[in-house]
Amino acid sequence: MIRAEGLSKTYMSGGQPLRVLDRVDLHLEPESFVAVVGPSGSGKTTLLGLLAGLDEPTEGTVTVAGQNLQALTEDGRARFRAENIGFVFQTFHLLATLTALENVMVPMELRERASRETGRSIRARAMALLERVGLADRASHYPAQLSGGEQQRVALARAFANEPRILFADEPTGNLDRKTGQRVVDLMEELNQERRTTLVLVTHDVDLAARAHRTISLEDGRVVADERNRANPEEGRAAKRDGRSDNEPSGPSKQGGP
Amino acid sequence: MIRGFAARLAWREGRAAYGRLTVFVSSIALGVGSLVAIHSFRADVQRSIGEQARTLLGADVRVSSNRAFPETFDAVLDSMAEQDREVARTTTLVSMVLDTRSQGIRLLQVQGVASGYPYYGEVTSTPDAAWAEIHEGPSVVADPAVFIQLGAAVGDTLLIGEARFVLRGEVTGLPTELGFQTAIGPRVYISLDRLPSTGLLTFGSIARYHANFRMPEREDRDEFWDRNGELLDANQLEFTTAGIRAQEMSSAVEDFSRYLGLMGLTALFLGGIGVASAINVYIREKVVSVAVLRCLGALQGTIFTAYLLQAAGLALIGSILGVGLGTAVQWGLPLALAGVLPAGVTTQVSWLALGAGVALGVWVAIMFALGPLLEVRGVSPLIALRHDFEPAKRTDFRRIGAFLLLALTLVGLTVLEAPTPDQGIRFAAALGGVGLSLWAMARVLILAARRFFPHRMSYPIRQGVSNLFRPRNQTVSVTLALGFGAFVIGTVGLVEASLTQAFTLEAGAGRWNLLLFDVQPDQRESVESFVGSRSSGPLEVTPLVPSQLSAINGIPVETLLTLPEGERPSSWAMRREFRHTYRAELSGSEVMVAGDWWDDEVAVGGDGGGRGTGAERVSGDGVAGIARISMEVELAESLRVGLGDHVTWDFAGVPVESRITSLRSVDWARFETNFYVIFEPGVLEEAPQTAVILARVDGEQERAELQRDLVVRFANVAVLDLSLLQQTIDAILRQANQGIRFLGVFSTVAGVLVLIGALATSRYQRMRESALLKTLGATRRVILQILTVEYAVLGSLATTAGLVLAIGAGWMMARTVFEVPFRLDLVRIGGVWLWVTAVTVVVGLIGSRGALSRPPLAVLRDVAG
Repeated sequence: MIRAEGLSKTYMSGGQPLRVLDRVDLHLEPESFVAVVGPSGSGKTTLLGLLAGLDEPTEGTVTVAGQNLQALTEDGRARFRAENIGFVFQTFHLLATLTALENVMVPMELRERASRETGRSIRARAMALLERVGLADRASHYPAQLSGGEQQRVALARAFANEPRILFADEPTGNLDRKTGQRVVDLMEELNQERRTTLVLVTHDVDLAARAHRTISLEDGRVVADERNRANPEEGRAAKRDGRSDNEPSGPSKQGGP
Repeated sequence: MIRGFAARLAWREGRAAYGRLTVFVSSIALGVGSLVAIHSFRADVQRSIGEQARTLLGADVRVSSNRAFPETFDAVLDSMAEQDREVARTTTLVSMVLDTRSQGIRLLQVQGVASGYPYYGEVTSTPDAAWAEIHEGPSVVADPAVFIQLGAAVGDTLLIGEARFVLRGEVTGLPTELGFQTAIGPRVYISLDRLPSTGLLTFGSIARYHANFRMPEREDRDEFWDRNGELLDANQLEFTTAGIRAQEMSSAVEDFSRYLGLMGLTALFLGGIGVASAINVYIREKVVSVAVLRCLGALQGTIFTAYLLQAAGLALIGSILGVGLGTAVQWGLPLALAGVLPAGVTTQVSWLALGAGVALGVWVAIMFALGPLLEVRGVSPLIALRHDFEPAKRTDFRRIGAFLLLALTLVGLTVLEAPTPDQGIRFAAALGGVGLSLWAMARVLILAARRFFPHRMSYPIRQGVSNLFRPRNQTVSVTLALGFGAFVIGTVGLVEASLTQAFTLEAGAGRWNLLLFDVQPDQRESVESFVGSRSSGPLEVTPLVPSQLSAINGIPVETLLTLPEGERPSSWAMRREFRHTYRAELSGSEVMVAGDWWDDEVAVGGDGGGRGTGAERVSGDGVAGIARISMEVELAESLRVGLGDHVTWDFAGVPVESRITSLRSVDWARFETNFYVIFEPGVLEEAPQTAVILARVDGEQERAELQRDLVVRFANVAVLDLSLLQQTIDAILRQANQGIRFLGVFSTVAGVLVLIGALATSRYQRMRESALLKTLGATRRVILQILTVEYAVLGSLATTAGLVLAIGAGWMMARTVFEVPFRLDLVRIGGVWLWVTAVTVVVGLIGSRGALSRPPLAVLRDVAG
């Protein structure tokens, strides 16, 4: 689903080049749930940004669903995101001036032309998503009128609005208390499985990372560990065919590294 | 459909923003309001003038002269009267008028009116019959101002020249007069038949003769011109029709309103700065939203379109409000300018002006908003993940294009609005220059604040000053807004001060305050001794010798007038009646430009018995029989003559040849007896002449007494009390200034709005910072001190920058546009400085009130949300 080759990113900081990512190679399978972990400044968010086509690498390539992102213009990448990618942010980033329902409708409206979907159908689908995250009764509320957990659930509904092939989540529980965070992650996993989305999660939270099928650890811009915690659904199905159990981890393996 | 999304996003996003963008809307509303007011007002005046052309002249055709009509034209008038054609003569002169009861005395205009005039428009008087009664017996009616000035009442006897008239009533409305004309010279009206009985129509008296015709048919007017055109030309009689008069008035109003229009445009541009500043901060606040939208797949163009639609929507709302405001003002302008407008200006809604106002408002707002709006295109989606992400700066050709489009708009609009394209370009260049200078000064301020940072001062001062150069500071936009506002207010103030000074006649002790004119040669000695005994200083006696030009270098004027346009000296200059003088010295208002003044070589005057013409004299150049003259340089240009050229003058039928030996420039604005042509002494002493005498008599009572005594002893001598004239001029200036200030208020309020916008839209940033400081332990007092220091420094420096530029602009306007000496009124400048700085601090603190009063956590939560 996602393939990164020799991915590097250098920023200028105080007139000096600062290498934030250093020759990262990755391959993420479809429908996998991958956690990217690492200390502050290790390059997690930069990696997420590059994989989602939010920025251009200094070196290397990113191919998502067969599409080389570097071959696209900025607007081309935006169109690609509208079609294929969903986002969940640490600070929710709901548009403050839009209601919960309108926030969920935004991605659908952005690909209105491609999908030839009517306004009514968009509204209905958005409403269904809000219902799915348990917030149908809060549809007309503005973000400021919602709690943090509710905001993140709206953000989840928005992220799944276009049934993306990949969901990027940047510290989705970072601004929530443990219990609320837990519920949000549960919901995210459910949606991920329901809609067979590839989920890439950046987090500090070890427990949260442990729920992923695979954990990629970054340090100083390099992959220092790549562990498989448990089989992803695709692997699970393959394992069943091979006579293995669904919960049996595929075992730690090292990949990349310094 | 993406466009549809942009429109929906614009609407949804805008719902919450409209309240915060009130400044945007108000800025445009004010600018459009002032422009619509001026355009509608212009349309009103021009329409009214067109409708009332005949009423304003009181006739269809008028022939005028500064001398009594020649016999040949009198014959034309008589024959027309015999054919029952409607002709009415009027004659206007100035004279002292004394109320024998109240003993009030004033120099007034006396108009002799023939029965039947005016043919158009209704003259109203109190009592109603008073106007008609002037043709019955020795009766007079007067303008309301006369009653006040003389302390007169109906029934009083007025002494006009040598005749006595009974005051029958007050003229409350004479459609042919402009308000300011009666304000400058209030009039009394008598029957034309009785004018000679006053004995005022003597040699050299300043009178104006009119013959008014009722000729409603165009063919009649054309026929009149065909028959008499040559006669009129030959006798230098002026011909005008109601249409020509209306056109002249219309073009005068057009020029005036175009100057006002430039002020309106300035208010609109100032509003534009407000728009740019408001949008700038608004977009900064929206950066994260834009980044999120980019993450969700929104295209650069879609987001840009959404915000552009928002700006256009706001501009439309502002423009519509502005049109409403302008229409309201349109009804007020005729009142503010009542004194300088023809009577009967009616107000009507001009849909063209309203439509143009809306279109202009939207266009100008978008042009100013475009630059900041284009920033959304450069917002990286990465900001949604990393708030501190700053994309690398790239040259944005779209922004350069937007800037060029804005510059083109500014130049185009000023060229369209200005009286001439040339003035428009200069005005636009000046505005651009001011904007650039202010921008440069703001940059210097930022650098200076950093460079000369007050390290040793207390924390609030250090924090306040460092706010000037912190990231995302408002220093440039606030300096532009405040500086521009201060510039406009300062320039208007300085020009007003310069004009007021230029028209101040009595500049301190020792100056003359009485002007006596029409003093006949046989009266001169007795008037001099009569006035001299009461004057506190020496009298200045200046002879006036009326004459006309008859030839240049031997070629008669009649021949010169037939030359083609490009080769002909100005016909105005050749035809006018001159009043020359002779003297040995230059006056204070004159500067030699070329040639030599006749320093010590005084000619030997005349033959003693003649009229001084063709005098035998010894001159510097040794050419006998030719008088030396000094000519005013602009007249010389108009006549196409220079040093050494010969000019022949006609002094009451006697030709005198002269040679130009010097050219002078004259400061006409200075209150002196100024002349186009000065003869060397010894030539004109015996020619028919009158004299002007300047005297200084202290005390209002003494001046009044002197005038009363004079009018009794020398009925024809007119006395102008300069202190009274000063009051009149002041009143007129006040009236004109009122109109300008009326519009100046727009610019001022627009300036304040821009300031409010610049400060209020960055309020959230300030609140966040203050909340952080409070969290760190800063008290409200410290926060208040920090904000006060920041606004005081910003306000005072921006105002200083604006005022420095205003001094330059005021100087230039005074010298080149109004041609008066510049007066640097420091008190006024200081007042503006204090006022604008104080407003900055007050508005700034009001705008930051949330930062002071709300608990830090609430602020931080709000801002984060």
